[in-house]
Amino acid sequence: MATDETQRTEAFPSGIVSVGLSEVKRQIPSDEPPPLPPNAELAVIGKPTARQNGRAKVTGAIRFTVDISLPNMLHGGILRSPLPHAAVAAIDVVAAALVPGVRAILPIATPDAILRYVGAPVAAVAADSPAAAEEALRLIRVDYKPLPFVADLDVARNPASPPVHDSASAPAGDAHGFPAPAGLPLHGNVRGPATVTRGVISQGLAEADIVVEGEYRTAVQTHCCLEPHAIVADWRTDGLTVYMSTQFTAGVRHELAAAFDLPLSRVRVIVDGMGGGFGSKSSLGNYGRFAVALSRQAQAPVRLVLDREEEQMDAGNRPGTWQQLRVGAKRDGTLTAISVLSYGTAGVAVGAGVGSFAEALYACPNFESAQYDVFINAGPGCAMRGPGNVQGAFALEQAIDELAGRLSIDPLALRDRIDPSPVRREERRIGADRIGWHRRRASGADAGPVKRGLGVAQSLWGANVQINASCEVRVMRDGSVEVLSSVQDIGTGIGTVLAQVVAEVLGLRPEAITVRIGDTEFPAGPPSYGSRTTASITPPARTAAWRVLQALCREAAPVLNAAPEQLAARDGKIVVLGDPGRGMKFADAAARLRTDWISAVASRSDDYGGFRRRIGDAAIALQDLGGVQFAEVAVDTETGIIRVERVVAVQDCGRPMNPRQIESQVQGGVLMGISFALFEERIIDQNSGRMVNPNLEQYKLLGARETPEIEVAVLENYQGQSATDAYGIAEPSNIATAPAIANAVYNAIGVRLRTTPMTPAAVLAALGKIPARS
Amino acid sequence: MLNPDDSGSRERGISRRTFLRSAVGTTMVDAASGFLDDAKAAEGSGVPVAVAGPEPVPVTLKVNGVERTLRLEPRVTLAEALRGPLGLTGTKIGCNRGACSACTVWIDGVTVCSCMILAIDIGARSVTTIEGLAQGETLHPVQAAFIEHDALQCGYCTPGLVMSCAALLRNRPDPAAEEVRAAISGHYCRCGTYPHVVAATLTAAKARQA
Repeated sequence: MATDETQRTEAFPSGIVSVGLSEVKRQIPSDEPPPLPPNAELAVIGKPTARQNGRAKVTGAIRFTVDISLPNMLHGGILRSPLPHAAVAAIDVVAAALVPGVRAILPIATPDAILRYVGAPVAAVAADSPAAAEEALRLIRVDYKPLPFVADLDVARNPASPPVHDSASAPAGDAHGFPAPAGLPLHGNVRGPATVTRGVISQGLAEADIVVEGEYRTAVQTHCCLEPHAIVADWRTDGLTVYMSTQFTAGVRHELAAAFDLPLSRVRVIVDGMGGGFGSKSSLGNYGRFAVALSRQAQAPVRLVLDREEEQMDAGNRPGTWQQLRVGAKRDGTLTAISVLSYGTAGVAVGAGVGSFAEALYACPNFESAQYDVFINAGPGCAMRGPGNVQGAFALEQAIDELAGRLSIDPLALRDRIDPSPVRREERRIGADRIGWHRRRASGADAGPVKRGLGVAQSLWGANVQINASCEVRVMRDGSVEVLSSVQDIGTGIGTVLAQVVAEVLGLRPEAITVRIGDTEFPAGPPSYGSRTTASITPPARTAAWRVLQALCREAAPVLNAAPEQLAARDGKIVVLGDPGRGMKFADAAARLRTDWISAVASRSDDYGGFRRRIGDAAIALQDLGGVQFAEVAVDTETGIIRVERVVAVQDCGRPMNPRQIESQVQGGVLMGISFALFEERIIDQNSGRMVNPNLEQYKLLGARETPEIEVAVLENYQGQSATDAYGIAEPSNIATAPAIANAVYNAIGVRLRTTPMTPAAVLAALGKIPARS
Repeated sequence: MLNPDDSGSRERGISRRTFLRSAVGTTMVDAASGFLDDAKAAEGSGVPVAVAGPEPVPVTLKVNGVERTLRLEPRVTLAEALRGPLGLTGTKIGCNRGACSACTVWIDGVTVCSCMILAIDIGARSVTTIEGLAQGETLHPVQAAFIEHDALQCGYCTPGLVMSCAALLRNRPDPAAEEVRAAISGHYCRCGTYPHVVAATLTAAKARQA
């Protein structure tokens, strides 16, 4: 890290633009660029900018992993367990090996192996054609010895339920758990608790004038990326090349090197078009290992693409939860106690907690949480857009709404009292104005069968940063410019944002920047998860562009009869500051380069004001990300159908880089939140342990007809923390939606729905019109 | 794939192939290339049945105005033929059972899920894919409007959505927003681009009329 001599002090803009800006002084590394002014003073950053690969996407020209076809490529397939819990007594692949065209067979579940969910991999094959691979899988004979199973969260909590794991197989928890620290006790199928305690909860409850208590449930949600998990593995004697639909090329490269004992220099990971991940494509995965092993065995490239049923059963999911909340408050709304008890299930995996949402969102001196993972015989969960906090917010933000009702305080006024964040205060103000909060009436005020209501809920998410993120910028002798990083565009449009950043520094248009990303041949970029991509890669992109510009200015300075530090880049020119008449075209300056191109590589420095926490290559910024969302719903009390008619989403992400793409992403977060609230549920048949809706017709997703009017507003919030001061938005935009809808439904009908999905049957049951689902 | 011994589809006696054949055979047989007609006519007649496959058979497809004769197994779907031998990978497979509409193409100008129809059943009808929509370098107004409105994120469902929205404008040059939503109601977009897709299609409608 830089010493005192290598640092300098700079004054950065600080604060929320709509509230008023001030200045903050920061020590920054002396080889990083000066503070970036607010967006209003910039030419490219912060302006709506067309997606750099938009044309390739609307013409179908962009190549997704599923579109990769290599010479002599084989087609892989995976045989999966038909039983939720079984021992493999014997496995016979002789007949499969005789199928013409079969080139490799990979045993996965060897005799005596235990299979713990329907869809667990048993064996994999690679063949000349998909049909030959399918035929070979059909001919693998497996003798399964069925074992007792449990496929329900509540049943699995019973100590007498069949054990899913033994002490050796039970996962202890890892960094992907939310939370799942290692070393938690295991009793039956229950791992935990992970606990957090602040103050004395009994005292807080005793001091309370009012305590609201409630039980909440969230269903298992699956990612449903439109592009399935896909890989093409090309094992060669001189190295391994993998094309993969992944959220983290650089991470997969590390995983492959470790799994196959290869030096990093012999492993290359490539992704261009990437058809959605939402957390489920964060790592190599078992299918990735199988494809590479098959390619090594067959000495040929192997394509392995999961089908939709495999996607639904064994490609990750958002764990389901049961939560019990107790919130105590004084009559004026001051919180005295928050207690959270949760049992969640990530199937055979861990990480089914409900996050730190209740711990961190509001000022409350007494807090306790106990979070348990419950194992069941079902496919493993994994991170999904706002993991933990989406489930946690559904419960807490309803409890706060309920508290406001009991105290006869407006829900926004209550939050003004208990929420210390000045950012969310401003977001509440803007959102209330946009939605017309003054129209909100008492619960169930509509006379007719269709009742309307307004609801609000808040979001909270850590501002993550990947500190080993790197980026290169090259200027060619003809004046063309490249930006290079292994960072992948999973649909968020990071390539466009990189072009904007480089264009801003070099005084060019973003269309003029060639974006080369998604390939580990380039400097290692950050993952696209944890809403950290923009925060991690845009500062080094600006720093690299700034350094390369300095080199260019050294070439131009003698021609312009000026010192290099007097020069600046704007409007396609290198100009002399304070003397606008003197300048030369950017391309003419580049033509003076001694070499064909010059380059600078920069990596992410620490946030200038420091981090809250460092965990390996990741860090959490001092400030949080969040947002406030308002929903307007119409509930038909005769059919039970909830229609979300309007959503106002007010979000923050530090400096907004590309408002057009941000709007798209927030709309996506809102729509995934509505879908989670109203429609989505993995249903497992308790007699067979099988998912009965492993498809896209019975696993119900929101479509265009369920899409409400969505209004997005984004704060400009500067903190002077990096060369761009930009942070993420994907996850924070997905957290507040479901509870905002639930609170609006309560406002409409006067009955609270505490379970997702809020189906018509659930509405009618809550209204007492039909019996409740058992 | 699940172990076939436990497969629900086998228990019900309906395979994907027979389902496709029966569906196609009852609804599209008049326009088909003839294999199914021959097979149906011969059933129970004692006359040797003309059976196509399982080996590859010659299939002529007219795609984006160009005729190509391929050798395809009769079980190959149009989506597979487009993406494989024809190399037209812009058409995407999302669910492979007609639930997500990512594979939408036009057959004689009508939108169809190309994963739900066999290549041998296309016959003389003409297929238009996303690669055939632009006129040379000039994008279709729907494509241009999708870029302008950022009506795409990951882009995987985009070709299918573009095909449906462009087909809508052929039939309804000036649709209401609700009609656009209805036209794309069979499409899934997990990134959540629907609002921008609707806005883009309305913009494209205005552009075409201008």
